[in-house]
Amino acid sequence: MRYMMFVCVDGATELSADERVTIGPEAQAWVKEMQGRGVRLQGQELADVQDATTIRVRGGEVVIGDGPFAETKEQIAGFDILDCADLDEAMEVAAKHPVARFGTLELRPFAEG
Amino acid sequence: MSRQATLAIEEAFTEEWGRIVAALIGRTRNWDLAEDCAQQAFAEAARRWPGEGIPDRPGAWLMTVARNRAIDRLRHERIRDSRLREAVALIDEGLEHGDEEEREDDSGIDDDRLRLIFTCCHPALPLEGRVALTLRALAGLTTVEIANAFLVPEPTMAKRLVRAKHKIEHAGIPYRVPPAHLLPERTSGVLAVLYLMFNEGYAASTGDELIRIDLCAEAIRLARLLNRLMPDEPESDGLLALMLFQHSRREARADAAGDVITLDEQDRSRWIRAEIEQANTILDAAVRRDAIGPYQVQGLIAACHANAPHVAATNWARIAALYERLVEVAATPVVRLNHAVAVGMATGLDDGLALVDRLAASGELRNYHLLHATRADFLRRLGRNSEAADAYREALDLARTEAERQYLTKRLQEVGAGSRQGGREWGARGG
Repeated sequence: MRYMMFVCVDGATELSADERVTIGPEAQAWVKEMQGRGVRLQGQELADVQDATTIRVRGGEVVIGDGPFAETKEQIAGFDILDCADLDEAMEVAAKHPVARFGTLELRPFAEG
Repeated sequence: MSRQATLAIEEAFTEEWGRIVAALIGRTRNWDLAEDCAQQAFAEAARRWPGEGIPDRPGAWLMTVARNRAIDRLRHERIRDSRLREAVALIDEGLEHGDEEEREDDSGIDDDRLRLIFTCCHPALPLEGRVALTLRALAGLTTVEIANAFLVPEPTMAKRLVRAKHKIEHAGIPYRVPPAHLLPERTSGVLAVLYLMFNEGYAASTGDELIRIDLCAEAIRLARLLNRLMPDEPESDGLLALMLFQHSRREARADAAGDVITLDEQDRSRWIRAEIEQANTILDAAVRRDAIGPYQVQGLIAACHANAPHVAATNWARIAALYERLVEVAATPVVRLNHAVAVGMATGLDDGLALVDRLAASGELRNYHLLHATRADFLRRLGRNSEAADAYREALDLARTEAERQYLTKRLQEVGAGSRQGGREWGARGG
């Protein structure tokens, strides 16, 4: 089963000084472990949501938006594509991600694949 | 239909529905197919058993019919999906080797039903979906029955069931008994679903709805099944005992008009002794295993009430101590509220009221009618009638069922009458 794991954080979340230092290495360790297990296929951290652009075509016109698609508090900060035996394994992999401690990880199964 | 055949089918339904559905899902992973074929097997039994006689092994008969229906259905559908082709092959194989019949003869451990329970109660499903799916797939209730039980329109319940099944299939929720490292957490999840089901029935059983399926009885039936399937889980015994204690009071909990009768005023001769005795036996055996948990503690508390011959004989000191223990393992606000009640009864009304006030000040239970009703009861017993009346009014605004409202109204009138006699409180309010 393949899952897109959205790594979401609340823009207002302030990390402690400690956590700002450890989060990077911890995320790298997670990537290494999950890649080693063969459950993480790929993934990427994303640039700040202020740098997002939205595109819509309405009535033949291209409508450009200068912000994120959805004005929610939780923003997608990155993603990982997982290949797991089932949802239980994907949940376990997600729970080990360091961002899970303060953000939210959303597991979305690929539609039929 | 002959009475004998009807009885045989009813009995078989209780025993075999979940088994058949679980086995067919196990082989096909197709929940709708499994339910449809189980339904058809029972319909065929209703047609044939009255004339042909009841088969020697009704369960095996029904399983064979359901399985044949499943094979027919899968063959007739255009099978593009390789998984379905595999399923047909597996079922065919099972049919040839009669694996179901062998399994029925062995140790009695039925892995398929256990798999089904854990899948229905998977934490990735919405809680209401878990309850509905358990009632549908395992207990064999129809969508209409479940909708009535939860007082929602049938299409709403149908949608809830479809979504849950859809998520199981599409999100990769495994059909299995969880591995050892997940088992304790998942087992308590299953117990929580059964207790929620029971409480839904318990809260409503004195309401004005008479056509509802008895969710309490269904929850107890499922808890018994779980106990048979997981004999080494004392918390599951604890939950079953707790439900049996509470359910044993069903005849005494309301008067002829449907008004709630509180525990202290119930006619204890109407409690069902046989069920209390059974609960005592189950609970005694469970606590001897020395793996105490929240359901066993709650069972022990319920036992204190159930075994007290009259209200004055209630051992409140023990109940208060047990609630203290429960606060340690499950410190929910509701548990703390009950602890306050027990302390009030054990050591003094003022002590209990102080604990309730502290809980009220924390604001956690602001919208819980029983917080206000409990405060009101303490104030009434302490003779502080006008404060009690205010608290009863707050409770009334929040009460869920008609029976509860009637009870609170009655109490409000009692303390209202008291304060009129005193006169002063009304004056202070400016009339």
